[in-house]
Amino acid sequence: MSKGITQARWIGFKTIVFREFGRVLRIWGQTIVPSIVTAALYFVIFGSLIGGRIGSMDGTDYMQYIAPGLIMMAVITNSYANVSSSLYGAKFGRYLEEVLVSPLPNWVIVLGYVGGGVLRGLLVGLAVTLVTLFFTHLPVEHLFLILAAVFLTAMIFSLAGLINGVFAKNFDQVNWIPTFVLTPLTYFGGVFYSINLLPEWARTLSFANPILHMVNAFRYGFLGRSDVDVFAALAIMTLSVVVLFFIALHLMSRSAGLRD
Amino acid sequence: MQALEVRGLVKQYRNGVQALKGIDLDVAEGDFFALLGPNGAGKSTLIGICTSLVSKSAGRIAVFGHDLDGDLEAAKACIGVVPQELNLNQFETPETIVVNQAGFYGIPRSVARERAEKYLTALSLWDKRHKLTRTLSGGMKRRLMIARALMHEPRLLILDEPTAGVDIEIRRSMWEFLRELNERGTTIILTTHYLEEAESLCRNIAIIDRGQIAEADRMDSLLRKLHTESFVLSLRAPVSVVPRVTGYELTLIDPQTLEVEVSKDRNLNELFTQLSADGVQVLSMRNKVNRLEEIFMRLVDKSGAPA
Repeated sequence: MSKGITQARWIGFKTIVFREFGRVLRIWGQTIVPSIVTAALYFVIFGSLIGGRIGSMDGTDYMQYIAPGLIMMAVITNSYANVSSSLYGAKFGRYLEEVLVSPLPNWVIVLGYVGGGVLRGLLVGLAVTLVTLFFTHLPVEHLFLILAAVFLTAMIFSLAGLINGVFAKNFDQVNWIPTFVLTPLTYFGGVFYSINLLPEWARTLSFANPILHMVNAFRYGFLGRSDVDVFAALAIMTLSVVVLFFIALHLMSRSAGLRD
Repeated sequence: MQALEVRGLVKQYRNGVQALKGIDLDVAEGDFFALLGPNGAGKSTLIGICTSLVSKSAGRIAVFGHDLDGDLEAAKACIGVVPQELNLNQFETPETIVVNQAGFYGIPRSVARERAEKYLTALSLWDKRHKLTRTLSGGMKRRLMIARALMHEPRLLILDEPTAGVDIEIRRSMWEFLRELNERGTTIILTTHYLEEAESLCRNIAIIDRGQIAEADRMDSLLRKLHTESFVLSLRAPVSVVPRVTGYELTLIDPQTLEVEVSKDRNLNELFTQLSADGVQVLSMRNKVNRLEEIFMRLVDKSGAPA
């Protein structure tokens, strides 16, 4: 492939990412602030007020225990919401055609939108981490694991958001998955409790929840403790990224919602 | 070289509707080409296939020799498209929109900014570059879509009803801009419902109806095919009966308006001489209908007639 084509694609990719991230910054009141406020409320209520009575979870201070899960929750909801709403908005306003008629290959378009979602997820995750530090100390046991887990999680939910955006036929359908799928999975994904507290059948069922693996891999990076095998968790996340990427690519090429 | 070469193009939608029924079309490099047809004839489907927004069922398309099946990216890089419906992000500014569009075509930011000034100025939008698009008028949005399509300086510009809903003054200035663009070498394909627009701008024409090409010819050759032309005459004084003029068929529309059908083998001097002799004074004269409109209606009616 010629250098010119590679450079053109790189410029195209950057343009999509900057446009998406510019949108995040432009409407910061909708994209950044809510997760910070929510996380602060969780820390005040579950950490300070109720957490004091709970004491510790698996030998860790409860406030410290829930902190990685709350950061991950912010990453998940923001990376997902960014791509699903932005792509659906572009489809609804028809300006998605700007990129679809351009010479950019579909994989660059997918990566561009995902890049915007990942950036928002990481930015909000970082902001929530800073809020966390007002409430508790957060040690770092395995930095690489923290970065790998948060990056892969942001990728997974950006790709899932893109798939939702492609399928959605109205704004209600953009909100269905976060409300009826993501929120329950997150709450049952070991953010607030260890699955060791659950009966055997519920613990077994919890392993089928991908968010449990993400949260625990991330928590292991900070606290050095996890309910799941962290390497298996990383493998599951990597595999999920690959599978979702190819689904998104296929939809971008063929979907009746975008072309035809 | 052909700017656009279409062979045996078929589009069948999933609901069974066949929008294009094996179209062949050639648009030469440097041409200003009109693609006309009634609503639902298949014009936008054809444009959608050229820009990869619509998938084809059969046939092939090449843009400046780049086949859409084998060399899609190169083909798309040659095309700039102004769609029929507004497709602008209403919450972005014109400058952001056009600079980003250049980015999608791999044009570095610094070059994109220079071109943004060039094309937004040319389309009288430079002073609006920092306004939100949703605050622009309909005509401004249409011009912004043209500026956006030109940012990568395409060799082929496809305009799908670019002047729809635009007032006459802006429409004329857009015509002038497009004429200059064509003179500088850009091939232009125009679809429009304003037939005088096509007649005024385009050198070649194809009329598409019910998914088939009903006629494809040079504009002047097509217009010559009309054997008669109708004129409306305004009279200085009212008349009560239709003046009898040998060789011309006159109809009285109202006491001060006459309509006359003139065959191509007759001239108007004779008509005026005879009217003057009868004491009928003509104040003004105009074409009853646009000539292209007349051909268009005949072709479309003919192809729609039951077999």
